[in-house]
Amino acid sequence: MTAATAFQTIGPYWHLLEHSEQADLTRFGAVGERIVLTGSVRDGNGDLIADAAIELWQASPVADDSFPGWGRARTDANGVYRFTTVKPGPVPGRGNTQQAPHFAITIFARGILTRLCTRAYFAGDPRNDADPLLNLVDDPARRATLLAQPKGDAWRFDIVLQGAGETVFLDI
Amino acid sequence: MNDPIPFRPAAPGSQPDNNSPQYRSTGARHPKQPLLGWAHTVTETTGPQFSPSHFPPIQDLSAGSMGERIIVRGRVTDEDGRAVPNTMIEVWQANAAGRYNHPGDTHDAPLDANFKGEGRVFSDANGWYQYVTIKPGAYPWGNHANAWRPNHIHYSLFGAGFAARLITQMYFPGDPLLALDPIFHTVPDADARDRLVSKFDLDITRPDWALGYRFDVVLRGRLATPMEG
Ligand SMILES: [Fe+2]
Repeated sequence: MTAATAFQTIGPYWHLLEHSEQADLTRFGAVGERIVLTGSVRDGNGDLIADAAIELWQASPVADDSFPGWGRARTDANGVYRFTTVKPGPVPGRGNTQQAPHFAITIFARGILTRLCTRAYFAGDPRNDADPLLNLVDDPARRATLLAQPKGDAWRFDIVLQGAGETVFLDI
Repeated sequence: MNDPIPFRPAAPGSQPDNNSPQYRSTGARHPKQPLLGWAHTVTETTGPQFSPSHFPPIQDLSAGSMGERIIVRGRVTDEDGRAVPNTMIEVWQANAAGRYNHPGDTHDAPLDANFKGEGRVFSDANGWYQYVTIKPGAYPWGNHANAWRPNHIHYSLFGAGFAARLITQMYFPGDPLLALDPIFHTVPDADARDRLVSKFDLDITRPDWALGYRFDVVLRGRLATPMEG
């Protein structure tokens, strides 16, 4: 067995491969409830991060020609990313469990050597109570970092890389 | 329904620690809380599939550009040596003078109007990929006094599932800056570092046209047997 190739940081110049339309997962004509997921990204000093690449992946609805299931967005000068996508439904968990609707979120940036992975669930969804991942996080304040909050027409999901209010990151 | 087969955890020493003080920018950008362990579900074992119709290939970055034209060829496999076919590979890089076509790059080196620095190719049925570009220049950065990045090409691969995602950098053989580069040295294992360095390859080299470099990429494989719940 040969171990997987090592990660190296995405660095500050990854925008050379950015195509802003990739932040809109509905651009190929996806059907379903359109939603916006947006939020800020902060570092351990409380500073907004303006050079991150945020990726979104959702296993629901199942990707096809009209829906890629994946998107990439920059954080802008205000440290804010924004996706337009289709609201996911629940997906199976391990065993006989069911996972509440969620997005898999990845943060790449200068100063991050590999990647940081988290999930955004929908605050107020009754299915969250039985979600196996959310139920691994006992501390209500920590658990809350995994919940997107409704705000106007959008869902707001702020990310903190380090320190007070640090987002729960997953060992994927 | 059977549980999905998880991807294998990283081999010890094969991956950088996000808390790597020698690379200063990691200081405020690494989590201090422990990562939450999680047995892979369909969210992690499936992932995006990219089609060349929606993501058109850019196989020649070099057209009209100044610099030393090179061919880069390699194979994408998983940890068990199986080909990863039809997978998208994104690359990006500085121009021959060591300058990125990016508003954030203020290095005092010339831009090349013909060189954007973005490539996108797909592996074939046996995992092989190839593109043509120019050899990127070294460039200074602010990590420490007189810090220079070795020549490198950035890589992005997706593989067969969300857990197999990889962002890395390909280096060049014989580069004296490799011994001094804190980012390269965040990978603890010497063999894992060595595999980030491409190899000059006379078989890839095209006579009277361009030198060839070989760079293979290994993506995470799956555990042989399903993990219990
Ligand atoms: Fe770079």
